[in-house]
Amino acid sequence: MEFWHVFGIWFAAALTIGIISFLYRDNVLYKICEAIFVGTSAGYWFIVFFWDNLYKKFYVQVSDPTNPERYVPWVGFVLGVLMLTRLFSKIGWMSRWPMAFIVGAVAGLYMMIYFVSNAMVQVSSTIMPVFIGSWSEIIANTTIAIGTFCGLVYFFFSKEHRGAFGGAARIGIWFLMITFGASFGYTVMSRMSLMIGRLDFLFGTWLGMIP
Amino acid sequence: MKVKELLAAVIIVLFFLLCYFFSPKPVQFSPTVSVVVIILLSLAFVYVFIRTFQGKFIGRRTVFVFVGVSLLLPFFMQFSLPVLISPEVRSVYDALEELPPGSKVLASFDYDPASAPELQPMADAFMKYAFEHGLKVIIMGLWPQGPQQADQSVQAAFAENPGLRDSIKYGRDYVNLGFQAGNEFVILRMGESFKAMFPTDLYNTPYDSIPLLKNVSNFSNVDFGMNFSAGKPGTVEWVQIASDRYKLPMGAGNTAVQAPMAYPYMKKGESGRKQLIGLLGGMAGGAEFEKLTKKQAKATTYLLSQSFAHMVVIMFIIIGNVAFFREKKEKE
Repeated sequence: MEFWHVFGIWFAAALTIGIISFLYRDNVLYKICEAIFVGTSAGYWFIVFFWDNLYKKFYVQVSDPTNPERYVPWVGFVLGVLMLTRLFSKIGWMSRWPMAFIVGAVAGLYMMIYFVSNAMVQVSSTIMPVFIGSWSEIIANTTIAIGTFCGLVYFFFSKEHRGAFGGAARIGIWFLMITFGASFGYTVMSRMSLMIGRLDFLFGTWLGMIP
Repeated sequence: MKVKELLAAVIIVLFFLLCYFFSPKPVQFSPTVSVVVIILLSLAFVYVFIRTFQGKFIGRRTVFVFVGVSLLLPFFMQFSLPVLISPEVRSVYDALEELPPGSKVLASFDYDPASAPELQPMADAFMKYAFEHGLKVIIMGLWPQGPQQADQSVQAAFAENPGLRDSIKYGRDYVNLGFQAGNEFVILRMGESFKAMFPTDLYNTPYDSIPLLKNVSNFSNVDFGMNFSAGKPGTVEWVQIASDRYKLPMGAGNTAVQAPMAYPYMKKGESGRKQLIGLLGGMAGGAEFEKLTKKQAKATTYLLSQSFAHMVVIMFIIIGNVAFFREKKEKE
């Protein structure tokens, strides 16, 4: 057990260094590590979905004689099998049925949840009395109101962006740029965090140098 | 492979082997050495800046080295940066504080080891806080490795406070329902029946025989929802379905890259209800939450490295702009 634990750490360390070596340039070591990562991930996901979907959600349910709904999973199973008909050109058209089912179900769900959560509630949160609450709230509400208005003006292309209208559009693009900047800043922060995690592993877990 | 590359590989391997066999463990800089290191790093920047100003541009690999060094060295330094609490993190903490002991908290771990450096510290802090305050935690995951990450948080809480190992019992104080495939449809179905989605827990114990889940049939029997998310399915889906449709009060911990998408949900609506009560955004959010829960651990340590790296990035943005305008001027 101890040997395999140490071996695992050394192996992971070697893979980490191999992946980081890409920073120098694309190389054989990186390619090997990448292939191992992709292969392992694919294998892991296959096993997870086999046991969680095919076994737990299908086999266990249909093989239970006390389950009154034991025939229902067969619908999903048949649709799943039909999806595989894509592999055969002559009957490949049958895969459109499960695809239509998936697209329809997801579109139906998303239409409702996005309309409620990302449209109605967000609009209601934006259309608020501006001069209410503390000074910080007033500033925040005003900023949101101006930002939303000017942002919408920028995306209104039926009128030329000139004069006061153009000025509002320019303010709108400033708001957009600041938003993208903040978003990009967060992305940098996130990527740094991943690197910190690997360095902690290399110099802490593996080399034991970090206090 | 060229000779130069082979030599570089040998040097790297030798460096790590030397560190492994001969370096003191652990390495800790004294405050004086830490200051000297920072000064040396700053001087290196001044050198790069002067060279750039002279028209001698540096390569991208130099930038990588600077970023790598700035991320690594703070691990060995002996000082910390002040952590200021943001309102978003405070809101999550306050919401948890308001829960009386015995309250049921649904914690969904929707991330994998790739995002663990950002999310694991906040998950660890959350789990320890929940156990110490008598909250009953129902763990689940929409990502396959999520429940394993949750288990790590449970073990971390036990390791830090060994008393919890005796007082906290699986099935009575917390339960791990495991992973369920189906993304947002799982949340939707849970709105009607938890049992329909999780007939057994992670260890194949039937749902009905778990004491903690006796009176839990759907979201209406849960007092708070906490989601640790690294993408999709994650916080957005939880807000859209569990919070908006089933009115489950929710807090979230997100990777920094995902956090901007969750911010709009924290604005109070017409009804005065927030779609998302609060947010722990990235490493900084984790460090703030650790400070509030009095568990200064990984996120706080990592934050120093991150702050150093941010300084380096800012410096290189300045240097990059100098290089850009200089080149433009030369062309003119």
